[in-house]
Amino acid sequence: MTETSRRILLGGAAALPVATGLIAPGRARAQGAPMKIGLLSDMSGPYRDLNGPNSIAATRVAIQEMAPRINAELVVADHQNRPDVGVNIARQWFDRDGVDMVLNLAASSVALAVSDLAREKNKVMIATSTATSDLTGRACSPNSIHWVYDTYMLARSTGSAMVRAGGDSWFFITADYAFGHALERDTANFVRNAGGRIAGSVRTPFPGTTDFSSFLLQAQASRAKVIGLANAGTDTTNCIKQAAEFGITRRGIKLASMLMFISDVHALGLETAQGLVCSASYYWDLNDKTRSIARRIRTGATNDTPVTMAHAGDYSATLHYLKAAAEMGAAAAKADGRAIVERMKAMPTVDDAFGEGTIRADGRKLHPAYLFEVKTPAESRGQHDYYKLLQTSAPDDAFRPMSEGGCSLVRS
Amino acid sequence: MLEFFETITGIPAPLLFGQLLLGLINGAFYAMLSLGLAVIFGLLNIINFTHGSQFMMGAFVAWMLLAWAGIGYWGALVLAPLIVGATGVVIERLMISRLYKLDHLYGLLLTFGIGLMIEGYFRNEFGSSGLPYRIPAELSGAWDLGFMFMPVYRGWVVVFALATCLATWLVIEKTRLGAYLRAATENAPLVQAFGVNVPRMITLTYGAGVGLAALAGVLAAPIYSVNPQMGTNLIIVVFAVVVIGGMGSILGSVITGFSLGVIEGLTKVFWPEASAVVIFVIMAIVLLARPAGLFGRA
Repeated sequence: MTETSRRILLGGAAALPVATGLIAPGRARAQGAPMKIGLLSDMSGPYRDLNGPNSIAATRVAIQEMAPRINAELVVADHQNRPDVGVNIARQWFDRDGVDMVLNLAASSVALAVSDLAREKNKVMIATSTATSDLTGRACSPNSIHWVYDTYMLARSTGSAMVRAGGDSWFFITADYAFGHALERDTANFVRNAGGRIAGSVRTPFPGTTDFSSFLLQAQASRAKVIGLANAGTDTTNCIKQAAEFGITRRGIKLASMLMFISDVHALGLETAQGLVCSASYYWDLNDKTRSIARRIRTGATNDTPVTMAHAGDYSATLHYLKAAAEMGAAAAKADGRAIVERMKAMPTVDDAFGEGTIRADGRKLHPAYLFEVKTPAESRGQHDYYKLLQTSAPDDAFRPMSEGGCSLVRS
Repeated sequence: MLEFFETITGIPAPLLFGQLLLGLINGAFYAMLSLGLAVIFGLLNIINFTHGSQFMMGAFVAWMLLAWAGIGYWGALVLAPLIVGATGVVIERLMISRLYKLDHLYGLLLTFGIGLMIEGYFRNEFGSSGLPYRIPAELSGAWDLGFMFMPVYRGWVVVFALATCLATWLVIEKTRLGAYLRAATENAPLVQAFGVNVPRMITLTYGAGVGLAALAGVLAAPIYSVNPQMGTNLIIVVFAVVVIGGMGSILGSVITGFSLGVIEGLTKVFWPEASAVVIFVIMAIVLLARPAGLFGRA
């Protein structure tokens, strides 16, 4: 038995309780073959906490909410952030296991590869934890939707705010793969457009870099006012920790954590993370609805991982997908991936996590983007109380205008 | 002199010195970890692939001592290696000791499997993004060296690692216990015939090697993110260090550890993308030219 197939088997076993959990006696249930959702993500590596168990829980919440209208099953697999592994799993899911929609995806490199496959097989891919804006740009597809956030949104929200605050020269520390490159490119564009200057950049091997002090010193030597961290997960937390240690922030150089999840702040502790700014499209403590969905996702959770925007996205995307499937009928929805994506684009989205929104022709899900500042330990009043809201961008301002993306679906 | 450096390298001298110093600091971790591996391999002939997880356990135990028992960094520096070393003793007694008669490969596979299980367990319990651990107040702050800002804690790591390496070397080369150890490496049955309890010595040696890994883990806790995969990232490099230095050579692993740290540090300036590969390139070259390693005996 190959490693991959064993993982899928384990994933399937992990998903069993979900399927059985759906069979609530006495509840009216929809008939027909169930919709099959494959949650493909990093379940064991550096991006586990911002996806992982909470993603499974979030998807289950959506499936249960839609249970009166349509049947759905969940399978789970770990792609270990490797495109080859991810594509193999997705291929088996599509060809053999009857999976209709692949969810989450995380690493940009995996999402780009699986998007091509979903198009070839006429299935659906919804990326909820993926960053690269290429998914709705040159790599856009009629079978893919990009939820939650992207590199353009982060670059615009965080990047512009830093330049406005006087940070007009930048040095990038970039994770050396598709995601890091896209984030650096999008941020650099904003900095230049706002009249800023790029002093240099360094590309760090991914995964496997733990000591960033050398790169931080190079950044410091460039005399840039802002160090842009075009990385994520433990790379970001290590950079922030070590920048504090080497007194870089004390010398007036600002850190711009271009992609920082609340799970990273949780890991760093407020003592180290206080004062950093970051962008997100969901924070659990925005309003009653966001608080309620966070509570529902964390019901029964044994860990202490806060609900990230990726988790909220898994809930929101699954909910909207199943709504569209319920309207079309399961048989039609299973038969044609492109058709259900079109239906999803035609329907406005509404859910507790992101409020009201829409999906654009290029596959971009639109909702507001928020700029947050990390609280000081004194300001924090309870568990996961980490952010204060600095600024809200309207959906149309938050994301890249469709005309600039170069998506072929829009031109034709 | 400084201008000379800048002319030939095109890199500002302050940056270059900074990188050399950082390389030494990383080298200190490589040296401490490869030292433990060398000690274990020298006596047990076991290629201890659990070492990375034991390094990680050291950092986690330090965190647990602080979070659950209120014992700070200095206490952890003593207690964590003892606790993790004790788990090593248990693993050696229950499992590894059954494989001494078999080929190296079996030990490698067993320890590799144990390592994966330990890592998986910690990931399940504590998640992947890591836990906060602060630099102790006595060692926080930094010296301004002019060409760089040198955190006191990093300096402490280098000094402490050097002292530990020296102490280990002294124990093995200059004490009676070390003499027994070295003798048992050469011919265990003969040493046993003289009334030395060789199995117990082997168990304790494994425990000590594991303790060294945990000690490095405690040192690493305040500067790296304390997360379950912190050992995996480091251990592959450390194995390359051990291979380059020569399996089982204690002095070799220490010298190679520090020098490869420096080489890696310099690569980060001149060609950052290659910094994850440079050590393996050196390993390949050394294996081709001197299969026993730079300091090993063929």
